[in-house]
Amino acid sequence: MMKASVAKIVVFFLFFSTLSGCGYNSIQQNEEAVNHAWGDLESQLQRRADLVPNLVATVKGAANFEKETLTAVVEARSRASAIQLTPAMLSDPDAMAKFREAQGNLSSTLSRLLVTVERYPELKANQNFRDLQNQLEGTENRISVARQRYNASVETFNFSIRQFPNSLTNSFMLKLKPKEYFKADAAAKTVPGVKF
Amino acid sequence: MARRVSWISSTILLFALLQVALYTGLLAAIPVPALTGRVNDYAGMISAPVKADLETKLKQFEAAESTQIVILTVQSLKGDPIEDFSIKVAEAWKIGQKGKDNGVLLIVSKDDHKVRIEVGYGLEGKLTDLMAGRIVRDEIVPAFKAGQFDQGFTNGVSAIISTAHGEYKGKPKTEGNGDKPSMSLLFIIFAVIYVIYQIFRRFFWGGLGGGFFGGGGGFSGSGNNDDNFSGGGGSFGGGGSSGDW
Repeated sequence: MMKASVAKIVVFFLFFSTLSGCGYNSIQQNEEAVNHAWGDLESQLQRRADLVPNLVATVKGAANFEKETLTAVVEARSRASAIQLTPAMLSDPDAMAKFREAQGNLSSTLSRLLVTVERYPELKANQNFRDLQNQLEGTENRISVARQRYNASVETFNFSIRQFPNSLTNSFMLKLKPKEYFKADAAAKTVPGVKF
Repeated sequence: MARRVSWISSTILLFALLQVALYTGLLAAIPVPALTGRVNDYAGMISAPVKADLETKLKQFEAAESTQIVILTVQSLKGDPIEDFSIKVAEAWKIGQKGKDNGVLLIVSKDDHKVRIEVGYGLEGKLTDLMAGRIVRDEIVPAFKAGQFDQGFTNGVSAIISTAHGEYKGKPKTEGNGDKPSMSLLFIIFAVIYVIYQIFRRFFWGGLGGGFFGGGGGFSGSGNNDDNFSGGGGSFGGGGSSGDW
């Protein structure tokens, strides 16, 4: 009777000491890092979405600013805000693709708007607009930094569930799927041309 | 067994990290230059008296409010966007105090005619993108356009200081000082004991030992001396603003 309980305790400790060696904890830690990086990225994307109404209001004030560019931005914003991605959905390729597409669409309509503005000197000289432009550029830059950090954390996580002893831990116990990268959207990469 | 496996996996991870570091290092168009002081004028844009003046100004500001401002000029970015290079430098130099993240990097590329103010997380409240943009646009770029680099740096630094002023109070902390106060406390206790011991020795054993404060020289090593200026461990998230002239 006594022996059995001692054996139980020994097995118990053996079990937990192997857990730390087989990557159980580091996988958890890496997943948390991914969630954290995703939260940062999302808050920067939100910040951009929050800037849009101000920007649209300022641009609208300019004499006969073309309507379709503005409408495209407003629509892209509402579509981007409608799609939310919780950390639990980060390993879902379809959800991520949709999210990425909506955000990329907002990026490209915004940059088209900023290019169009080049044709409106009175708007370019407007202090309010230039401040907004600074904020928007700053936010875009933060988004790209947050995206790089998120992708780096995904790389670490995906590697940690695929490397040797951890892969067994994951396939038998945790059963976590690899996370999706947040790649730059193809549409956002193409620089819109200026037509005069 | 468990120890061995964890050792192997950590070695694998270490190699992976090393590899990643190696690759990112190779891919980078220009390496991060060494941090030599508060003004790192690699492109030779700032004259000697102005450089000295800026150094003192920045040092005083750090002494008063712990906010670190560092200037870097490079000859060329070799095709890199200034934002990418700037965040890389800021991450490597870790300007600003740990926990406060109150660092600012004023970075200029001479040949590309580009300037950027990179703002640490902790200063984004006062030195917003908007304010950074105004400083670049109204203080730095006009002077640079006129070819007056000294004036541009002086204006820019003054504007950054007055904008960031008041965000943080207090003395700069040395790295690693915050998490082990007990060590310095112990040191002080030992120092006091040592001094008392010396006094006793002097008065009761007739001064055979010589020096009164023979071992008391250990206090001067703390604080950020200008001789070995280094970043305090601040982090950056891409805030700030860029411009060109």
